[in-house]
Amino acid sequence: MLKPAAIIGQVILYGAFAAFIGYFATSPKYHQVADDVALIKLSISHLGERECRKRTAEELAKMPPNMRAPLDCPRERSDIRLEVDLDGQPILQTVMHPTGLYKDGVSTIYKRFEVKAGSHRLAVRMNDNLVKPGFNFVKEEQISLKPHQVMVIDFNPDRGGLFFR
Amino acid sequence: MSFHTTLRKGASSVFLRIEEALDGPFGGADNPLRHLGALGLYLLWIIVGSGLYLYTVLDTGIDAVYNSIGYLSVEQWYLGGVLRSLHRYASDGFMLVMTLHLIREWCYGRYYGFRLYSWITGVPLLWLAYISGIGGYWIVWDQLAQLSATATAELLDWLPIFSEPSARNFLTPDSISDRFFTMLVFIHIGVPLLLILGLWAHVHRISHVDYLPTRRVMLATLLALIVLSLLQPALSNPPANLAVIPGDLDFDWFILFIHPLTDLTSPAIVWLLLFALTALLVALPLLPHPPPEPVAVVDAANCTGCDRCLADCPYAAISMQPHPLRPGFKLAVVDSDLCAACGICAGSCPSSTPFRRRETLVTGIDMPQQPVHALREQLEQTLTGLSGPRRVVVFACARGADASGLAAADTVVMPLLCAGMLPPSFVEYALRGGADGVLLNTCRPGGCDFRLGDRWTRERLAGEREPHLRRTVPAARLQLSAAAAGDESTLSAALDDLRTRLDNEALAGEPLPPYLRRASNHA
Repeated sequence: MLKPAAIIGQVILYGAFAAFIGYFATSPKYHQVADDVALIKLSISHLGERECRKRTAEELAKMPPNMRAPLDCPRERSDIRLEVDLDGQPILQTVMHPTGLYKDGVSTIYKRFEVKAGSHRLAVRMNDNLVKPGFNFVKEEQISLKPHQVMVIDFNPDRGGLFFR
Repeated sequence: MSFHTTLRKGASSVFLRIEEALDGPFGGADNPLRHLGALGLYLLWIIVGSGLYLYTVLDTGIDAVYNSIGYLSVEQWYLGGVLRSLHRYASDGFMLVMTLHLIREWCYGRYYGFRLYSWITGVPLLWLAYISGIGGYWIVWDQLAQLSATATAELLDWLPIFSEPSARNFLTPDSISDRFFTMLVFIHIGVPLLLILGLWAHVHRISHVDYLPTRRVMLATLLALIVLSLLQPALSNPPANLAVIPGDLDFDWFILFIHPLTDLTSPAIVWLLLFALTALLVALPLLPHPPPEPVAVVDAANCTGCDRCLADCPYAAISMQPHPLRPGFKLAVVDSDLCAACGICAGSCPSSTPFRRRETLVTGIDMPQQPVHALREQLEQTLTGLSGPRRVVVFACARGADASGLAAADTVVMPLLCAGMLPPSFVEYALRGGADGVLLNTCRPGGCDFRLGDRWTRERLAGEREPHLRRTVPAARLQLSAAAAGDESTLSAALDDLRTRLDNEALAGEPLPPYLRRASNHA
């Protein structure tokens, strides 16, 4: 039979156990970013271009009939150059490499930029074929971000290339 | 002494003191710190039971999942709400208990030798437990789930395992489909099933496993969690919206602490910490540690195949095989990898009785470092040297309180590998060989280094377990104490109690008739 002191001791200790769990199961509160901050997520997954060569008639004639593809395309994909400017200041300049052992996969990037909420000038430039100079995809826009808003920079050739959402 | 050993011994000293302090209100059998593994398993069953109910009422879909869980907490608070809260708080309790269990076993140096298997199989369970816990938070699909899912995906993306960043799955509200939750539920059931399978492997090599704590501990724990669930029900944060960063959130620091840690440092540092900690836990048994003790040895000629050592071995190190010399009989076989060298088997062997008249006492199973024969020789020799009106023999577990300070002209101290290695007949043998009383010290209940030594000793002396102490032995002449290392005052007080009883003939009862083994019969 438990003594009264032992019962009281157990009640206190089990109570402390429950209180400890109850407190740290919800507290202290956590917030990832400050109240006046918004988030720009840059997320691009894209196959770089490749330089194909047109086969000559002689070359095609030498090939088996079922393999006479008019274009000779290398397996490897081009690196992708990407630059992001915010309010005229570069915040990212990088080259994305294709994935895969033979460098024939997509080039991907995922970055988060915490910025002050408000109006900003955002410019994104991308070149998916580094054989050619310059940037073949450019998107520049004045954006307005509310506190805690998430804005995504994405790329989809079917939607005209770079786009913000 | 290495830094690690110093750290471990310091921590074990603190842990032991806390455990002993909790023995006050709880007693050894109900002390949660002494039964952390069993308590963890019990919490897991609460999680499984409450989870089964939640699974049956959960609607899988972006809005449906949030609404169905919210309905439970608000409209059906008396059942679904309480079960949801129990599910969450038992999970937090499981993490807490699991961590304490890990620290306790490390403190007491239980990670090498015969415990290597249990230690190594415990390491993946840590990962499985956290994966299960984190995945569980996603199912609710509130802002906390959003934060955790996004942060986990970003953390995973640091590793070169996906061709495309998995965080792309959480870019915008339309990135998530209803099927995501179906997959999530399967993961949240599948990983815990792996955890349960891993737990089975974790305890596979020990016998008499405490799968559950005592009924009192179970009831009290459940009651504490139910009261907590009623006072502070587990509720969802606002619904997830991937277009917005979550604001202030009620945060579960037991399970989700990894996200603030990542925000504070970087994914690289977090992975480094996680892999380094895992590697450290796996490599811990490789660090210098005491050499293994000689394991139990079976003597085929004296083993009767009675199974008692098999029944009593705490680590399932003994198996029975056909006896090579006696057709139809069995023979105990010791697995040296599993043997803890505790000697509990020698204490259980009926051939270990010191009353056997053979000059050399060879028992069925024995410890090379402290054979039963040597124990009898030592007892016989020291009994003849004792003088005084109240001659006492103290049998003391060498891992318990230091009994050497009790030695005196009328008191002999005989340390044992474990109290469980003492055949109960030695108590009678000592009393019939000239001792007026016997003090037997075990570790505290639930505190035996070999798990079951104190329990088997108590049960054997109480006649509840074979081999038992004969009832003709006056109970007043035997004092059983449970004093752990550093608790010498308790041991000393137990000896004083025994002496007080022996001083009073009415209390002590008639002494047993002497037995002189060398005179070949009862004197």
